[in-house]
Amino acid sequence: MTPVLEVSNLRVTFGTNIAAVRGVSLTVNRGETHCLVGESGCGKSVTALAIMGLLSRTARHSADIMRFHDHDLTRLSERGMARLRGDRMAMIFQEPMTSLNPAYTIGSQMAEVFERHRRVSRASALDRAAELLQRVGITAPGMRLKQYPHQLSGGLRQRVMISMALMCEPELLIADEPTTALDVTVQAQILRLLQNLQQELGLSLLLITHDLGIVARMADRVSVMYAGDIVESASANALFTAPTHPYTRGLLRCIPVPGLLRRDAPLGSIPGVVPRIASDFIGCAFRDRCTHAMPECARDVSRQRVAADHDYLCRLSPDWTRAEAA
Amino acid sequence: MKYAVEVRDARRIFRTRAGMLAEERLVRAVDGVSFALPAGQVLGIVGESGCGKSTLARMILGLLPAGEGEILVDGRSLVTLDRRERARLIQPVFQDPFSSLNPRRRVRDIVALPLAAQGNIPGAQQRDRVMEMLARVGISSEMADRLPAQLSGGQRQRVAIARALVLHPRIVVCDEPTSALDVSVQAQILNLLAELRRDLQLTYLFISHNLAVVEHIATEVAVMYLGRFVEQAPVDALFRDPRHPYTRALLASVLTPEPDKGIPDVGLGDTYPDPANIPPGCRFHPRCPVAVDRCRTEAPDNLTSHGRLTECLLAGTASRT
Repeated sequence: MTPVLEVSNLRVTFGTNIAAVRGVSLTVNRGETHCLVGESGCGKSVTALAIMGLLSRTARHSADIMRFHDHDLTRLSERGMARLRGDRMAMIFQEPMTSLNPAYTIGSQMAEVFERHRRVSRASALDRAAELLQRVGITAPGMRLKQYPHQLSGGLRQRVMISMALMCEPELLIADEPTTALDVTVQAQILRLLQNLQQELGLSLLLITHDLGIVARMADRVSVMYAGDIVESASANALFTAPTHPYTRGLLRCIPVPGLLRRDAPLGSIPGVVPRIASDFIGCAFRDRCTHAMPECARDVSRQRVAADHDYLCRLSPDWTRAEAA
Repeated sequence: MKYAVEVRDARRIFRTRAGMLAEERLVRAVDGVSFALPAGQVLGIVGESGCGKSTLARMILGLLPAGEGEILVDGRSLVTLDRRERARLIQPVFQDPFSSLNPRRRVRDIVALPLAAQGNIPGAQQRDRVMEMLARVGISSEMADRLPAQLSGGQRQRVAIARALVLHPRIVVCDEPTSALDVSVQAQILNLLAELRRDLQLTYLFISHNLAVVEHIATEVAVMYLGRFVEQAPVDALFRDPRHPYTRALLASVLTPEPDKGIPDVGLGDTYPDPANIPPGCRFHPRCPVAVDRCRTEAPDNLTSHGRLTECLLAGTASRT
């Protein structure tokens, strides 16, 4: 398997003392969907922005490795980054209304990306845009190109965002909560579309979401993030059949599943709230909410393996879950 | 029989204009909704954005001027109740605890406001009832002196629930109460709402776009589409045996955490519902995967089959009520 994106020990801090990302490592292979899942404030979006070189100036970041194909992103100039962005790596955001410019037509916004990277005429860029709109299931693309974002429904806008991201046939697509603002029926349509496009174009997808249902249905690989760090990483199958980190297990018990859960039984829940982590924090960030916490959880925790491609960040031994099940 | 909430053919039309010279559009947000909810039950109302579920909630809360139709709360017509009486019967919990709590008031004052507004409850009694209710929803007495900004999202929603319950209302209208919260916190709030309903014998109107959440908390479910209840049934029956094609599509789009299942094809096509332009015949026919010719002309309003409301011409042996 060829890694398209490789990140090791990524750290991002804001201001003097807020650690948003604390040593994230992940790999996205060619043609693979890697889901980064976590609750709000866990650092998943900041991770994506760091990879795309889109962090605000107030953020400081460092990484041992941040590589896209053979480009070392840690050393790339802003100019070099701008050449990759939108061309070979692209991103779609949660709220298509705020990420599209309300003052320009769909056509001119879509064409701009292509003109910039491929140095082609406006006319051929618009042809390409129409072709892609058709590709994502938009009928009458010629008319849509002349419209403004406010004239489209939420589902259509997100399709426009996706086709815009695909203008230059990127190898890596980072999608940050692409369906959170949409209705469930539209969400299913958009996710199906992403899956089909990915198979046809051999796209690598880094999908950021808080929704474990989406993760289960979309992911090849999953990384669970908590308070700026990846606490468990596994294949989708392993994560859902043998979750090992107490946080992952707690999260899975929190979601009501129609038909599987007795209705009068309370849902599992994780007590407390996600902590804000200072840069000098040591130990397991989940310990205050964990029912298995011990004094040694306040010291450094090392990553353990369940299998070759399944690791987690906790002092409990890999077979502790058997004791819990018993 | 006296119902906690009874709604008879409620309608609400909004007039909107896109610009000064643009033609006026009539948005039929609620277009003929009827139901009767016995005390102690939870009616879950599900539907996509723009289907009118929040408008219906605001009508039942008396927050919108009365439209057409009749709404009875605890057996009394909503229009005959004054604000204070209404507040003692029915209270809201809204989606976003960040905007529904006054950022400049302390938690204890926010929760005391409904009591103070009644105008005849002594201060000492107000304080006792506030602290009792805060303890009930899991807010400690130290937190009572904080401002909303000093609380987490889940804590804020607890405060909003305490404020809704401090007058001991009979009915609580929850409009997407957990949609702004993280899953781990959502579960805490759902458990709290279920526990409070049991202990205080409350009736809930529970509005959500999340079917899994509704399945968990509701006893009765109504599926709303373009201003109407297109299907209504007890929760088990609706989830086990959905009859309306729209209900089936909604249920199919629920992504449960089962990794061996892919993304379902809900088969709804690309037309989106527009409440300012409701199609003739069955309002769902442009998106319906099984529509036939007569669905384009014949409206299935108030059709029932096997004693269940299913506004679909094709659902079993249909008969009009």
